[in-house]
Amino acid sequence: MMENIEEYLESGILELYVYGALPEAQQEEVTRLIKKHPELRQEVEQIEDALRELSRAAAPFDPQVLPLSLKKKIGHKPEKKTSKYRHYTALAGWAASILLLIGIFALYDANRELNERLTTLELEQAELESQIVEARENAEKTEQLLQVLRARDIEKVPLEGQEFAPAAYATAYWNKARNQTFIDAQELPAPPQGMVYQVWSLELDPLTPRSIGLLEDFEENNSRIFVVENSYDSEAFGITLEPAGGSEFPTLEKLMVLGKVSAT
Amino acid sequence: MQQDFLISQLQEGNEKAFERIYQLYSKSIFGVIFTILRDEALAEEILQDVFLKVWEKAPLYEPSKGRFFTWILNIARNASIDHLRSRTYKDQKKNVEDETFVDAIESRENFEGSAEAHGLEKYIKLLEPLCKNIIDMLFFKGYTQKESAKVLDIPLGTLKTRNRMCIKKLRASLK
Repeated sequence: MMENIEEYLESGILELYVYGALPEAQQEEVTRLIKKHPELRQEVEQIEDALRELSRAAAPFDPQVLPLSLKKKIGHKPEKKTSKYRHYTALAGWAASILLLIGIFALYDANRELNERLTTLELEQAELESQIVEARENAEKTEQLLQVLRARDIEKVPLEGQEFAPAAYATAYWNKARNQTFIDAQELPAPPQGMVYQVWSLELDPLTPRSIGLLEDFEENNSRIFVVENSYDSEAFGITLEPAGGSEFPTLEKLMVLGKVSAT
Repeated sequence: MQQDFLISQLQEGNEKAFERIYQLYSKSIFGVIFTILRDEALAEEILQDVFLKVWEKAPLYEPSKGRFFTWILNIARNASIDHLRSRTYKDQKKNVEDETFVDAIESRENFEGSAEAHGLEKYIKLLEPLCKNIIDMLFFKGYTQKESAKVLDIPLGTLKTRNRMCIKKLRASLK
């Protein structure tokens, strides 16, 4: 079970639990587990503290004091005050408090310095962990891609740079059985601001271009591999540069790459 | 920290306990309401309604179903969203549904430079857009994980792990 606890901590369920975003049955299950495992409880408390801090920052001001109107609504009863206290004990109490305060201030500085160092380290760690998650996601994608490329019925179509961009190059991998086409756009430059690459399936006689998708979020996609659905009887593939959102018809002056499917 | 004793006292109708609960939770709940409604006076009004409900409905809170904070959070989100959808609000307000908690935080004049803001300010500046949306939808607006995954067009599993990453960074920035 220890191993499972670690897994559970990392799964992201506890965060959803604090949000209240889990289905009711699952919320109850998490509550049960928290009761059994103090590590989980501690984690949940820390998540909650962080979220409370975050939402506090969004408050326009601190509504610290219970408003009178609200106090009235809940029906206020005056409570008795204990006004008897002994003088000397009180004085001694004050003196002790002042000494304590002086001590606290001295510690405060040392503590702050340590905390700052800790924060930097923890930020670095969080950064590394997010890189691991990304790496894992990338590895999964690569694995998927390998499977696709190894499939028997895949057709590789090299797309050569055209007049508009002679140095450009891309490859289409067409899986006819699955109506999918993968575009490897490694050798395409990032599109200019406000523009997007659009992929076209072409039938040649008569020339009929059909849009089969956009290469969106181009720069965030490190592998530069894109999947588009393609159920047409493509005879060639082309990629053009279009305004964001894509176009109905290809802008042929901005044809980047083009390649014919080898006759079968 | 969840104060079980305080909560059971509240459930028994102890006004002192209620005042303490108000002190502990009101600012963060105010932040959530303000993020949804983006109107200070209105948010203050809803905040009072929410805490009146907390007082009245406290005996109905069941610890087995989740954290006390989550319970108040739900009341606050529901009250705010109900108001957002009400006609009076729609008639007079601009559309605020596209704005996130980051906009709410940044709209505070005194935010930048204040001591509490130091770590948070950095965090928010460096926050990736996906984190911004995930936290905004799941935490501030109360979407379910399925709804959020659909709107953001990412798989449920990714949503969970990504969200954990986003919160981890938040925690690190607050230390």
